[in-house]
Amino acid sequence: MSAALALILAGLIAVSAGCGKKSSNAYTGDNNTLYVYNWGEYIDPDVINMFEEETGINVVYDLFETNEEMYPVIAAGGVIYDAVCPSDYMIKKMWQNDLLRPIDYNNVPNITEIGEDFITMEDAYDPGGRYSVPYTWGTVGILYNKRMLDELGVPYPTKWADLWDPRLKDEILMQDSVRDAFMVALKKDGHSLNSTNDQELDQAMNDLIAQKPLVQAYVVDQVRDKMIGEEAAVGVIYSGEILYVQGELEGTDVDVEYVIPEEGTNLWMDGWVIPKNAAHPALAEKWINFLCRPDVAAKNFEYITYSTPNKGAEKLLDASYLENKAVFPDTKALLKNSEFYDYMGPQIDRKYNDRWKTVKSS
Amino acid sequence: MKSKNARWLAAPYIIWMIGFIVIPLFVILCYGFVNSRGYFTFANVLAIGRREHLKALGLSIFLAAISTLICFLLAYPLGLILRARNVGAGSFITFIFILPMWMNFLLRTLAWQTLLERKGVINAVLTALHLPNQHLINTPAAIVFGMVYNYLPFMILPVYNALVKIDDNTINAARDLGANFWQTLLRVILPLSVPGIVSGITMVFVPALTTFVVSDLLGGGKILLIGNVIEQEFMRTSDWNLGSGLSLVLMVFVILSMLLVNHFDEQSTGVSGRRTMF
Repeated sequence: MSAALALILAGLIAVSAGCGKKSSNAYTGDNNTLYVYNWGEYIDPDVINMFEEETGINVVYDLFETNEEMYPVIAAGGVIYDAVCPSDYMIKKMWQNDLLRPIDYNNVPNITEIGEDFITMEDAYDPGGRYSVPYTWGTVGILYNKRMLDELGVPYPTKWADLWDPRLKDEILMQDSVRDAFMVALKKDGHSLNSTNDQELDQAMNDLIAQKPLVQAYVVDQVRDKMIGEEAAVGVIYSGEILYVQGELEGTDVDVEYVIPEEGTNLWMDGWVIPKNAAHPALAEKWINFLCRPDVAAKNFEYITYSTPNKGAEKLLDASYLENKAVFPDTKALLKNSEFYDYMGPQIDRKYNDRWKTVKSS
Repeated sequence: MKSKNARWLAAPYIIWMIGFIVIPLFVILCYGFVNSRGYFTFANVLAIGRREHLKALGLSIFLAAISTLICFLLAYPLGLILRARNVGAGSFITFIFILPMWMNFLLRTLAWQTLLERKGVINAVLTALHLPNQHLINTPAAIVFGMVYNYLPFMILPVYNALVKIDDNTINAARDLGANFWQTLLRVILPLSVPGIVSGITMVFVPALTTFVVSDLLGGGKILLIGNVIEQEFMRTSDWNLGSGLSLVLMVFVILSMLLVNHFDEQSTGVSGRRTMF
């Protein structure tokens, strides 16, 4: 009895799955609809409306939360997207696995608005920018609360090694992510943040274990809220959060500052790519070109507050933004010792993850 | 004919069970016993022997046991008090205790974060009273707090139900025969309420053993429970095989704890017969 039921059920599932696939293919048959897949809160909604009005193209806009969540969706091809916005290392993994389609720059004339330094940076994960157009970029650094450090009598941090100062016990917020945590320790020791050397990784692991008693918490998004609430004196944070934190603290007596440690840091860049199986690559190129237009990029920047690589947009922005070295740091200095994360394959991932688990359980 | 109709009534339940319990379990089993290339292996299950995993499992069992004990010590006297009252007042008090459950579990745990933080509510009150601030958040104690708070209703309800069902005459008889308060409690009421205690213990211990949300929010990511290890394998490392293998081990521990508790249940009640677990 129940065996028969199971069979019927299995059949039903198979049939409905088949139906789902067919209907979604029929859906993408519409030649005037662009399917965009982007991070949450990563575009000014007005920009989408502007694009739709100016071009008459409909935009279907979906969200993802992590690169790792986005990848299988594109790889499996269950939903066909035309334009996606992954991060540097993921762009590399995607073109290496033949999931991306080269961009025809004849259709993206606004590419000239992107600063030269960023085109150089892009070479680290997408040589010659064949597959991707930079959208936003940033660094990882230390955010510190001046008053709390003054009270503790600790000088303001300038390098990663300062996060091992015993006077900062229970005052440090670290990033709860393997690569970011190891980046801090590896860079402190003067190694590459993409190290695959067992000894270097062991040293980094032991450093992180030694640092653990000083750490108040390993968190991700909460760093910004805890810094706003003065829960901790220093926190490792993404540069994109700084304008938000400073905006929230405006008018209070809390004074926070962001510093890019002198040992160098992680650079990251998110860029637009067109998946190989995209149904409307021409529309996607129009979309990318539109986002590279200086006025659009400037408008977008003011909404999402992540640094823009668009030189044309910089001219349109308020001078106070450009003076903010956290948001617009000196790219030449950064390029000397900062690096992008590299996707190094599952075996190396294991090396990092196992050591991270040891840190967390110590 | 009649029984055939009754069978069809069970169909939604069977479909639910197959679709959302049997198939997922089978999938976990498949993932747990193969490596990333699809070959059969015991490595994922045996990985529990690694130091960091054993440590996480041990800590999980320890914290879950403490939380369960505290829940029991809080719930049992409450059950006795409620039993002694008349029904109306009793159900009102249970209602009050169940009320927080109307709110989302995550929100309630986040609220504890706000309470326990360095600049949180508790420390603000202490500061106002000129008392020294306490370091509460990101400690194992904070996790136990969170577990007890979240799972207490799961202990109160079954315990209260079991206590209410005890016939007054049984207790009066014990008193008549000369038993004092403690003798009545330990030799009459307690044995008769064992079924309720047993379901209370399983309903608190099992979720406490497997939680990763409470430890993440109140432990500040510094305390690694076995639930966190599994969550990380799935969500961050995307090693579904290892995650499944460890889940299977954890499942064995859950089943063992249920068998153990059930064993005591049968020993002490004898006549109570089989009860359903949930």
